[in-house]
Amino acid sequence: MVRLDEVGLRYGGTRGGPEILRDISFSIGPGGFRWLLGRSGAGKTSLLRLLSLAARPTRGTLIVLGADIGLVPRRALPPLRRRIGMVFQDFRLLPHLTAFDNVALPLRLAGRPEGQITVDATEMLRWVGLADKTGAWPAELSGGEQQRVAIARAVAGRPSLLLADEPTGNLDEGQAERLMQLLAELNRLGTTVVVATHNDALVERHPARAMVLEHGRLVEDG
Amino acid sequence: MGKPSLRPRGFDDLGLRRVFGDRMLPLLVAAMAFLAALAGAGAMAAANLADHWREGAGSALTVQVPRPGGAAAAGPGTVEETRIDRITGILRGTPGIAETRALPESELNELLRPWLGRDAETASLPLPGVVAVRMAENGLDDSVLARLAAQLSAAAPGTTLEAHRPWVRRLSLLARSLQACAWAALGLVAAVAAAVIAVATRGGLALRREVIETVHGLGATDGYIACRFARRAAGLAVLGAVIGALAALPVLLGLANLATPFQTNGAVGSAPWLAALPPALWIGLPVLPLAAGLIGFATAQGTVRRWLRRLP
Ligand SMILES: Nc1ncnc2c1ncn2[C@@H]1O[C@H](COP(=O)(O)OP(=O)(O)O)[C@@H](O)[C@H]1O
Ligand SMILES: [Mg+2]
Repeated sequence: MVRLDEVGLRYGGTRGGPEILRDISFSIGPGGFRWLLGRSGAGKTSLLRLLSLAARPTRGTLIVLGADIGLVPRRALPPLRRRIGMVFQDFRLLPHLTAFDNVALPLRLAGRPEGQITVDATEMLRWVGLADKTGAWPAELSGGEQQRVAIARAVAGRPSLLLADEPTGNLDEGQAERLMQLLAELNRLGTTVVVATHNDALVERHPARAMVLEHGRLVEDG
Repeated sequence: MGKPSLRPRGFDDLGLRRVFGDRMLPLLVAAMAFLAALAGAGAMAAANLADHWREGAGSALTVQVPRPGGAAAAGPGTVEETRIDRITGILRGTPGIAETRALPESELNELLRPWLGRDAETASLPLPGVVAVRMAENGLDDSVLARLAAQLSAAAPGTTLEAHRPWVRRLSLLARSLQACAWAALGLVAAVAAAVIAVATRGGLALRREVIETVHGLGATDGYIACRFARRAAGLAVLGAVIGALAALPVLLGLANLATPFQTNGAVGSAPWLAALPPALWIGLPVLPLAAGLIGFATAQGTVRRWLRRLP
């Protein structure tokens, strides 16, 4: 599913700044679940960017969904991205689209029939407790509501790999708990899940394998 | 709940409607289309003129037979008449000459009236006899003409032969140069239109940078994103070109109307107003929006795809 071998990442290409990630090696099988832990600035978001194919490694081997990301041509990446769901730390909702259209967007990109999109997107919004906000603009939603729309969007396409970057940052404890049940449910259905967080209480309540990043290095995996 | 379910046609995923050249672009393209219409009309007019000269004057010769006795002495059966007949006879016998016609005195006077005034007939100017000659398709080359001139002046001393060809060559060259300039102007206008569209597209890309990066991250292909921009650019360009072409129409009709008397050889006002616009323009004007749309589509596609290459 996901395999990294001596992966390094610099922003700005091989001759860019310092190496943000160094010698990262690990693998996650299908249906796996990982916590991704580490202080702010340790490189969690950068690692998720690699896994979500938003950046290519500057060295080492990165294999995602069976494709060697360092080697495949650029045009092979969009179809792979459509099989990956990503909850961004800063949500990245499209400001000119309603909550419904934001959730529907990945389905439309995947070319699903409009009838099915309506059913799925509505169901997803209901699932994150926003059934009454389908027509709302992102600017009209609270931080927590925006985060839940972002979660619904990431999950709507039934991705094989789900990546979440601090997905509970704007949620209260009850909502965070609900989100964890949701992720666990998806994981049980076969989705590989990686969740970056520094919410220790959440990790304690949901023990699972954890990877710990420190200054761009993986210091613990297990 | 059912309301957002129907995706409206032309759904604006990237939110381009608000950021991508809503007013300025069509206006600029309209100006370009207006200029293109004028340049196109110029090219066509120059081409017409060149053909006209080549077919008409290019094959013409004028032979002047002096009348020593003066115009007044000329009459049927005079020496002058037989001189002209002799000259016409030689011309008729020369291969490569399609038609010879001795101009009657009245026509000659008519031709000279603008220069000599109403009294041309009564003025005691010794007008020469004039024979208009039209050469066959390929005409006669210069050495043949020189020999013919010698032959004619031997038959009737003082006879001169004037080929219009050197003039026509210059006029033709002028017309062709005008035509080339008009085509160059047309090309330049198209290039400027493409540049304007590229700048507008880049502006839209800059304003929607985050949105595009997000959509790219969700798995949109370059083609998908480029197509959104290209469709919008093409739509705006077509709109602008329609406005520009409509604005150019009355101007071109007016110009064509002014030119009518010259094209129909003096039959002033005989052509109906609308038919005065050459048929090529009736085809060319509707082609403007089409061309603008294509330029808009292709330019936006290229610009967006090049921009997207910075993303992984
Ligand atoms: N786009 C970027 N360009 C350059 N440096 C970056 C960029 N994004 C993150 N960094 C740097 O990479 C390091 C790791 O950042 P990040 O991956 O966001 O860590 P975390 O998510 O664990 O807080 C930080 O030092 C940060 O400054
Ligand atoms: Mg982060």
